Amino acid sequence: MNTRPFLALVHKDLKLHLGNRRAMILTLAVPIAIASFFGSIFGGGSGRTKPSGVPLEIVDLDRSAASGEIITNLTKDDSLTVSIVDEKSARQDLRKGNAAVAVIFPKNFGEDAGRAFFRPGAKPEITLLHDPSRNIEASMVQGILMQHIMETISRRVFSGQSGRKYAQEALTEFDRTPSRLVPEEDRRALSNMLSSVDQWLARPSTTNPAGAGPSGGISVPFTTRNEESAPQTNSKFSGYNGYAHSFGGMSVQFILMAGIDWGILVLMERQKGLWRRLRGAPLSRGTLLAGRGASGTIIAFCTMMVCWAFSMAVFHVRINGSWVGFIACNLAFSVFAASLGLFIAALGRTPEATRGIAIFVVLLMVMLGGAWVPAFIFPAWLQKLTLIVPARWAVDGFDAMTWRGLGVSAAIAPVAVLMGYAVALSEIARRCFRWETD
Amino acid sequence: MSSDSKPAILEIRQLRKSFGALVAVDGVSFTVRQGECVGLLGPNGAGKTTTLSMLSGLLTPTSGEVLIEGRALAGDVDPLKRKLGLVPQELALYDELSARDNLLFFGALYSLDRATLEKSMGEALEIVGLADRAQEKVKNYSGGMKRRLNLAAALLHDPQLLLLDEPTVGVDPQSRNAIFDNIEAFRAQGKTILYTTHYMEEVERLCDRVIIMDHGRIVADDTLSALRARSVKLNLLQIELAKESGSDWLPALRQLDGVVTAELAGVQLSAQVTNLTKVTPSILEFLHQRGSEVTHLSTERPHLESIFLSLTGHQLRDK
Repeated sequence: MNTRPFLALVHKDLKLHLGNRRAMILTLAVPIAIASFFGSIFGGGSGRTKPSGVPLEIVDLDRSAASGEIITNLTKDDSLTVSIVDEKSARQDLRKGNAAVAVIFPKNFGEDAGRAFFRPGAKPEITLLHDPSRNIEASMVQGILMQHIMETISRRVFSGQSGRKYAQEALTEFDRTPSRLVPEEDRRALSNMLSSVDQWLARPSTTNPAGAGPSGGISVPFTTRNEESAPQTNSKFSGYNGYAHSFGGMSVQFILMAGIDWGILVLMERQKGLWRRLRGAPLSRGTLLAGRGASGTIIAFCTMMVCWAFSMAVFHVRINGSWVGFIACNLAFSVFAASLGLFIAALGRTPEATRGIAIFVVLLMVMLGGAWVPAFIFPAWLQKLTLIVPARWAVDGFDAMTWRGLGVSAAIAPVAVLMGYAVALSEIARRCFRWETD
Repeated sequence: MSSDSKPAILEIRQLRKSFGALVAVDGVSFTVRQGECVGLLGPNGAGKTTTLSMLSGLLTPTSGEVLIEGRALAGDVDPLKRKLGLVPQELALYDELSARDNLLFFGALYSLDRATLEKSMGEALEIVGLADRAQEKVKNYSGGMKRRLNLAAALLHDPQLLLLDEPTVGVDPQSRNAIFDNIEAFRAQGKTILYTTHYMEEVERLCDRVIIMDHGRIVADDTLSALRARSVKLNLLQIELAKESGSDWLPALRQLDGVVTAELAGVQLSAQVTNLTKVTPSILEFLHQRGSEVTHLSTERPHLESIFLSLTGHQLRDK
């Protein structure tokens, strides 16, 4: 290949790109602005912003010591943002989307729950209202609620006078139960257990001078310690940063959009007669395509580097993984985007008709590629299916090299897949390109 | 050396191009010799641009062959392409680049080194009169300036055969004249020119040979003088009268022997006549008899418009 025409083709494209200041600034500003927005939604910077808790509204019709204690514990929970309201307001807030979940403690909840602890039969009913669009948060609140209720009610049942009262009431009712309903052996065992509870609660307490009995009850038999996964070899690991994903995703989206523009540009050159001039020169088809591909790759790579630099400077995104892998992923994706431009130029007929369909395909690709929201949110089948989408490999590669902190080996698959796609698209472009011009 | 004795730079033999059922060029053959300026004349859709595309290697002929200096183009990178300088009909320029950057780019496509390119770029800009506006972006140029730059872009590699595809489309008369001057300058440099147009007056001014195409075929290929001799011998007589005097006498004028047509527009009388020497005195006598004073008289030779009409049976701009 003759290098002078090739370099002239690349130089011309770069000059045209840099000469269009407004377009260039937009190419950089738009992904940065949108990535900043998405980044703040997906957790922001590592450890810098506390995630807002699930908005929970509580209606306390009981107003007992038990319900009060449960509400106090719920309020202390970091994953919840609790507010006390009346039932009407709770329902209204849920309809408007101002709350995710509301819990209604019925009248006599504390008493009824204590009694129901030892006795079969009717149990107090807690109403759990939730916004239909926030099922995941409702399930989460249900779990947290169960934990706090069990801790509070069991503690009250196994401590002090109230506990003895519940145990004695249960014994009395148990004695009244017809003998045909409970086998003799079971009856004796249950009676012994309730008597033991009563005797235990009647003991003078060494820890509670007020004679309320020892504190007890059922508690969660373990504690948890949250720790972000980090490579053991990397002492500088800065943890998860939501901006790392969003900048990777948005860069992918806007570079692919730029790829469309490169393809459209070729179609416009054809319309303007420039292609006649290019084809009239003694240039090989390979030189013409390679020139366009190289300039597209350079522009894409530089655009991505500027976006990443911004994310590092402003949002403290860090390359926790391999720098070599990171550069390789960016380079492979840039080559892929440039080859997409060639592909569009080869298959497109008119700029107008091509633009619409190309934008649709690219948006589909970035959506399925996890550029908007991380792919782990997708259903399992979709996560597997989207592995055929090249944008998915690009996004996963960037995630791996940035906040996941993986080594260069984790970049091999994304780079290989992206380069494979790039080769395939370029070859299709070469074969399908309308080389003849009338 | 007469033009016939000069070597052929371009030979086209039985060239044919069809797009599906549409036959755009149908068995076209002609030769262009070194230093000639040949006009390829025809209405829109006659097959001129398709012919030009095939001989510059942009289109593969369905059949037939194109020989440049006796040899067919062998692929995209054949150095023979350097002999050709194609000026597309469209303004094939990058509007966002300066004229200089456009020329630097187009010159580099022919692998010209920087020094050669700078020199030929300066010469090309001088020829088309844009040297003082070279640094300006093309988007700020007038239509005529863009046309001239379009021309300059084809000169950088010093081609021997210039293929000009309707190079004056959409330009004002002043710019058109400037382009004509440029083309005449190329001729003076010894360049061979193949010039497609559907403007008769351009061919008449610039070319010493005319190939007339219609419906993808060649209907005439000869020098202008030979074509004139072959065509119906009609002369146009223009007579300016001193004052308007109605047109009721025109039918009587048309009855005069040798008068083919006669039209009156205000004081301007136009008549097509078969024999200038015999008919002119008859007309002047007719006007004198009815008291019309003549203030000016002029004649025109048979022009290509009438030649085209006589060859094809329809006006050139019918389509």
